[in-house]
Amino acid sequence: MKSCLVVDDSRVIRKVAKRILEDLAFATSEAGDGLEALTACRKQMPDAVLLDWNMPVMSGIEFVRQLRREPGGEKPVVVFCTTENDIDHISEATRAGADEYIMKPFDGQILQSKFAEAGLI
Amino acid sequence: MSVLTHADFIYVARELQARSGIVLPPERAHLIETRAGAIARREGFLSVQELITTARARRDERLITAIADTLISNDTQFFRDREHFDFFRSVITADLAARRPGARIRIWCAGCASGQEPYSLAMLLEEMKNEGRLLDCEIIATDISPRILEKARAGLYSQFEVQRGLPINYLVRHFEKFGDQWRISDRVRARVNLKAHNLLSDPAPLGQFDIVFCRNVLDNFDDDTRGATLDRIGGVMSSDGYLVLGEAENPAGAMTPFMQAGARPGIFTRATAARRAA
Repeated sequence: MKSCLVVDDSRVIRKVAKRILEDLAFATSEAGDGLEALTACRKQMPDAVLLDWNMPVMSGIEFVRQLRREPGGEKPVVVFCTTENDIDHISEATRAGADEYIMKPFDGQILQSKFAEAGLI
Repeated sequence: MSVLTHADFIYVARELQARSGIVLPPERAHLIETRAGAIARREGFLSVQELITTARARRDERLITAIADTLISNDTQFFRDREHFDFFRSVITADLAARRPGARIRIWCAGCASGQEPYSLAMLLEEMKNEGRLLDCEIIATDISPRILEKARAGLYSQFEVQRGLPINYLVRHFEKFGDQWRISDRVRARVNLKAHNLLSDPAPLGQFDIVFCRNVLDNFDDDTRGATLDRIGGVMSSDGYLVLGEAENPAGAMTPFMQAGARPGIFTRATAARRAA
């Protein structure tokens, strides 16, 4: 079973994403901001990270930059999931090391399609 | 809720089949209610039932065409059945280029709906060009519905549509944001020639093709129509050409035989002596 860390400051979004991911046979864990996520990754790298952009303490983009510098931090597949939906943000995310990008609002179909795109399913 | 009379359902189903070949089974009769609702409202009818009764009584060609048009499935997505596109990129194009060095490769997307399939091919060709694999390809994309071709021509897709099957790098490279929507680049659009064509009619005016994509179209036809359509398609294919059907489809019923290309579901070649000898 693959693991996915869901990083979003909204509990509701985390819950929705978790439910979809569990249907796709992922073991999920949660973090409320980038720093929490980084701490979790340092303990154990997940196979995938579903990542919001705008969060308190540490944003998604800072998180992915940090993650990619960590030992083993190149391994997780990082999929952004954010309301930021312009080319500049998307380009910035992929340059920082994100593998795929979901523009909110999303549903199960989009998440599944993007995870397939990223080679996770 | 109003419910169509059986006679009205039979009438609509017959008109749809006569015009497009598409068989509407009784268990999908509800599609008429849901899809023709917008036409009924636009035309000032109180219900779909009233719209159809009137169209039928008056033999109103414009209304009947609009009703049939709305019943044609336009379900598609970018890079639907990804394997087919991988095979196109790695095997089909290489094979055809080796057989006829320098010759133009002609591709027909038959039943292209809102354009995601031909534009996916066009994006692949752009990517191949950037990698130094220059191919002279012409893409003709056809659909029966002028309404859906208009959407294909505009090349405008919703945020939902660009997130089904399209890798994010392709979105960045080949689209630009246009209000709430995304517009495909002129470079990609210029590679695709969109035309109205009914698969029940002779495709000869479209020319000869080396690759035909006709995916998830023929399964909506009855056996006779499917066989005849496959024969018409075969008639405009080069002897070493490829036919790509939906993953669950096969070219049974064609007079001119096709054979499966490798282990890939849905991909076939003309079973000619020339290819067997090759």
